[in-house]
Amino acid sequence: MSPLLLADLTVFTLGLLVGFEVISKVPATLHTPLMSGANAIHGVVLVGVMLLAASISTPAGYALLAVAAFFAAMNVAGGYVVTDRMLAMFRSRS
Amino acid sequence: MSGFDTVVHLIYLLCATAFVIGLHLMNAPATARRGNQVSAAGMGVAILTTLAVLIKGGQVDAWAAWALGLGAAGGTAAGLIAARVVRMTAMPQLVSLFNAVGGGAAALIALGDRPASTQAEVTGVLDVLIGALTFSGSLIASGKLAGRVPGRPITVPLGRAAVSGLAVVAAGLGVLVIGLDAPVTALYGVAACALAAGVLLTLPIGGADMPVVISLLNACTGTAVAMAGFVLESTPLIIAGALVGAAGAILTKLMADAMNRPISAIIAGGYGTGDAVTVAVGAGSAAVREITADDAAIQLAYAAKVMIVPGYGLAAAQAQHEAVALAQALTSHGVEVTYAIHPVAGRMPGHMNVLLAEANAPYEQLQDLEESNPAFPRTDVALVIGANDVTNPAARRPGNPVSGMPILDVDKAKSVIVIKRSLGHGYAGIDNELYTEPRTAMLFADAKAGLTALLTALQAYAR
Repeated sequence: MSPLLLADLTVFTLGLLVGFEVISKVPATLHTPLMSGANAIHGVVLVGVMLLAASISTPAGYALLAVAAFFAAMNVAGGYVVTDRMLAMFRSRS
Repeated sequence: MSGFDTVVHLIYLLCATAFVIGLHLMNAPATARRGNQVSAAGMGVAILTTLAVLIKGGQVDAWAAWALGLGAAGGTAAGLIAARVVRMTAMPQLVSLFNAVGGGAAALIALGDRPASTQAEVTGVLDVLIGALTFSGSLIASGKLAGRVPGRPITVPLGRAAVSGLAVVAAGLGVLVIGLDAPVTALYGVAACALAAGVLLTLPIGGADMPVVISLLNACTGTAVAMAGFVLESTPLIIAGALVGAAGAILTKLMADAMNRPISAIIAGGYGTGDAVTVAVGAGSAAVREITADDAAIQLAYAAKVMIVPGYGLAAAQAQHEAVALAQALTSHGVEVTYAIHPVAGRMPGHMNVLLAEANAPYEQLQDLEESNPAFPRTDVALVIGANDVTNPAARRPGNPVSGMPILDVDKAKSVIVIKRSLGHGYAGIDNELYTEPRTAMLFADAKAGLTALLTALQAYAR
């Protein structure tokens, strides 16, 4: 196992644990915005798609890249906006 | 590592921190919106930083730049439009759709990348497998939630066997890619198997189990994105993917617990009927007491404490505005009103809360199972609107389909009014013993019509 893989695995495991710790405290009232907000966070896959662009140089690759960019951008833009729309509705009694 | 790389890594670390802080702020309704904004800001910085990396690297050719730019612009427009126009009742299918495209993008990353190491090959296979399965599975789930695919369990002949077969083929191809350095095109075979398996696995799952399924698919997408991070050796993807994986896993467990059904049984599918349960036993069955809207309104007006128990029937009739209007009328009449919300009252975790928040119910009044149950004995009237199985006292006894399911203790209230179209069964397909209790009165109406009649009667009475 390469040192790089070990480092990545460490980050992944700690990320999972931090996620469990932070998210298990979210009240049921906010579960839909939480899921939607978490959905938006995995829109970071757009960063991955951008990095991929550097190694693409075939017509099929370009097509794949365009579709992946479309998917990822839709995920990230729509995810954050719809979560914000939902959370704006949660009002206090006052 | 050059100075530029170091700065980039530090910025990415900052972005990952923003994601964690953003999720942390979601612990309370008052700070949740800011949390999402912190997370979005982190995302914006991550994307801009990556843009700077690409420009400095100069390895993206003109065609790739156009493909990336046009694809991203189109996706952004589609996402923004969908997010702006979606109705709150349609939220589950939209979240499921965003989940699908996220998984799809993660799978495409591994398909487009030329793996440089065994690590990239192993994680690439996993990425394609999980990402493609989530993509097709989430699309089917989204279709079921939107009603474009029938919500009832659809059993495909030999579906289970086919999934097992696909798993074997995908595993074989994966081993070829990793162990024998088979051409990367073998990954397309893995993707095809995973896509088919996603469809076959999701079709047999009934509408009632959707909150669990979309939570689980959310966890899968998170994992797929983390795998894409391993392939590209990109830390922000690994961290964000792990966070989402954890979120999805927690919600999956909470939802499965709320239905008292093991996750394995839910994935096996075949449970429940889907949406419209129309088998009407007919109003006026011997043991059931009926009530008119006028009498019900008087009973509510005289109460000191009313608990509203909303269920799927309320969401289906889009009657959240009427329910909140009634609650506000009662509050201004001096009645204490709260909402008792079962975890699986909607189509996705917390969906009912969003619907009620949309209708301006203050979030302090939205109470979960644990908060609500101790309050029922002190409640004068429990008003059940379109909720069924989650109120069935039979769940406290062994030996029936709802046994052991955590329920709202509606039957412990001093009196109960149920607004329901008929005595039809819920997903579990059994009689609800609550309806035949002596303290229960039935107001047979569609949720929207029933609530409007109640509100009119209440206003006439209170005047």
